[in-house]
Amino acid sequence: MPTVKVDGQEIEVPAGATVLQACELAGKEIPRFCYHERLSIAGNCRMCLVEVKPGPPKPQASCALPATDGQEIRTDSEMVKKAREGVMEFLLINHPLDCPICDQGGECDLQDQSVAYGRGGSRYDENKRAVTEKYMGPLIKTTMTRCIHCTRCVRFSEEIAGVDEIGALYRGENMQITTYLEHAVKHELSANVIDLCPVGALTSRPYAFEARPWELKKTLGIDVMDALGANIRIDSRGREVMRALPRLNDDVNEEWLADKSRYAVDGLTRRRLDKVWIRQTSGENRGKLEAATWDDAFKKIKAAKPGKDIAAVYGDLLDCETMFAAKALLGAMGSTLIEGRQSGMTYDTSNLAAVNFNTTLAGIENADAVLIVGSQIRHEAPLLNVRLRKAVKRGAKVFVVGPEWETTYPATFLGNDLGVLNSLSSDVTDAMSKAERPAIILGGAALGRGALGKALALAGEWNVVREGWNGFNSLHFSASRMGGLMLGLAQAGGMADLIAAKPKVLLALGSDEVDFTKFPDTLKVFIGHHGDKGAHAADVILPAAAYTEKSGTYVNIEGRVQRSEKAVFAPGDAREDWTILRALADALGVTVGFDTFEQLRAAMFADTPALANEGLADFGMALPAGGGDASGEIAAYPVADYYLTNAICRASPTMQRCSAELLHGQDFAEAAE
Amino acid sequence: MTVAQFIKAFTLWEFLKAHALTLKYFFKPKATINYPYEKNPLSPRFRGEHALRRYPNGEERCIACKLCEAVCPAQAITIEAEPRDDGSRRTTRYDIDMTKCIFCGFCQEACPVDAIVEGPNFEYATETREELLYDKAKLLANGDKWERAIAANLEADAPYR
Repeated sequence: MPTVKVDGQEIEVPAGATVLQACELAGKEIPRFCYHERLSIAGNCRMCLVEVKPGPPKPQASCALPATDGQEIRTDSEMVKKAREGVMEFLLINHPLDCPICDQGGECDLQDQSVAYGRGGSRYDENKRAVTEKYMGPLIKTTMTRCIHCTRCVRFSEEIAGVDEIGALYRGENMQITTYLEHAVKHELSANVIDLCPVGALTSRPYAFEARPWELKKTLGIDVMDALGANIRIDSRGREVMRALPRLNDDVNEEWLADKSRYAVDGLTRRRLDKVWIRQTSGENRGKLEAATWDDAFKKIKAAKPGKDIAAVYGDLLDCETMFAAKALLGAMGSTLIEGRQSGMTYDTSNLAAVNFNTTLAGIENADAVLIVGSQIRHEAPLLNVRLRKAVKRGAKVFVVGPEWETTYPATFLGNDLGVLNSLSSDVTDAMSKAERPAIILGGAALGRGALGKALALAGEWNVVREGWNGFNSLHFSASRMGGLMLGLAQAGGMADLIAAKPKVLLALGSDEVDFTKFPDTLKVFIGHHGDKGAHAADVILPAAAYTEKSGTYVNIEGRVQRSEKAVFAPGDAREDWTILRALADALGVTVGFDTFEQLRAAMFADTPALANEGLADFGMALPAGGGDASGEIAAYPVADYYLTNAICRASPTMQRCSAELLHGQDFAEAAE
Repeated sequence: MTVAQFIKAFTLWEFLKAHALTLKYFFKPKATINYPYEKNPLSPRFRGEHALRRYPNGEERCIACKLCEAVCPAQAITIEAEPRDDGSRRTTRYDIDMTKCIFCGFCQEACPVDAIVEGPNFEYATETREELLYDKAKLLANGDKWERAIAANLEADAPYR
């Protein structure tokens, strides 16, 4: 542990730290553009210059200089001040200073640092460089004249995303950042370069010119587009959510966010259900939906006289509070028929450790052999793919059972048929059994086909649960899944049990993927926020709140309990889901035991104590024994179209365009402006 | 009562003095003007009714940077923006609530392109409150109407900026 002196203050820094990190430990702010904690060191912006003794009598770039014992670092000397002013003046030589029309204005590193460390004016009279715009797809808007060549975007694509999509052409002043032949950037994390860009060269295209950062109300939320529970900041203005940005959480999303989570928010204002609708059963409008009042809707549900013949199916985006309210309502009616695996998947949920991502997202980075069964990780959990890439960079071997997909790391595909699990080649078994930290990841395509038992048997064989390591993982892709399972909302036979029970009333809680034709004589009550598949099949539609419009508890795939706050109010007549279920309880003449959100939460915590504490829920290390043979071919992965997986995405014009352009190759390429 | 007072009262001295004063002001130049037929001169810095200006080629100046909205102490300005068809940054909505405005002139100070200005017009009284909620069309029309006076004022004040 070297000891260095920063501005006269002695400080001990970890071995291998850079001078910049040493200064940060000492509480000194070092301006920087190219340096980023999660990317490799480039040392090309020169903004982090400090004075270091012993060394040459000139300022040195602190980000690329290792801290060594006995160094004397000065960050406040005249030389450093002059050096920073000089670098800033050089950086601003070719920068257009078009802050008033730049979307980065107000949250721009260059703006902030030129105020803090720059000189007042420029001595540059010559012509400024101009660079043509580059097309980078439907999400990233470019103004490359503003680029200061920090190469953060290039390093992100190469190192974190693992795709060589963004690069630099030419050199010196003529350097230009571009995509290969100006193709759209296609990977699922592409929009993170917008956050990384310290200037306004890469900005958000859907959000272009929409709002300024100082106008936005910031709310801490949890993302529901996949099951990872990425921590997001919801920026809203008035009643509209303007954008979603990642929050720092090293255990979950680090500081990245998948494109879908970031850009599906414009679907929150489109195709919304903001009125009560009832499907007419007689008259000339027979079979058509007509606007109605809440009272009419409740009367119609009451007229169906459900008694205990009531069932509920919950959608992918629900919070635990809504699911618990439904459980309480059905419980009061005398029914336990709640299910959330809408596509009809069944697997044993008696031991939650078997359906949990036990290794944890941060932990999977340390795996040294990974067997992925039936999961297109890039589409089901893009941020998990980042972690797996890190593991592979540290030497992990990856094997995949299922149709081939474009991995961002070397991986061996073992075939489409789950039967290969019964007779794995010696390469795989050797790698897995000899690994110190082996991991199995069971995806949605495998969970539903009885592969859970076989995977558990393999886990026992390879001993993946050992001291300080639990390598057995199930990977869900519904944000509500783990919460629902923790609340015990699953049937042994899955959706088939609900169909067999022939309920008189089916509450569809935001469930859009259910095949409602299997419930022909059931009164289908859709409680959700978007007019999507579920609403089309419903007899009664009760408008509810989307994830940004209610406070809620979400449990991610690793069993991490997280809470999200309400950012905006739901539109029109829409109400928060639990209030609808509470009012429905009154209409049906039963008591559910809560009148306020606090009482609901308290009842939920009493029901499932694990939800009371934020953080990882403990499901124990013991896995069921499993057994049996897996069979059946995986024809396709459950996520058919990454950009259109739920009702919010399907309503979002940005996601529709992404799907058309990035996945289906439609040509939207715009001429450079 | 003294003798002097008696004489003053008897000769109506105060009466004559007051009339002399009146007569004096009768021949002096007038302090009042015959508004609205006559008007006082205005400083080029006079902060009157708002206007949105255009460039000589007819292009609107405002680029929707929202600095005026941010600086407005009365929060009288509301702006919404989006990319225009040619990709440039323009407002779709530019509202000033003239009933909230305190005429501090911060908006014109903040404007990087001299788009929003407070012109020399102060005669815009309305019959209803709603007429004082200005929208973008009204402000641009103001700009077109007052452009010559505004440009002259800006030029006159330019040496002191």
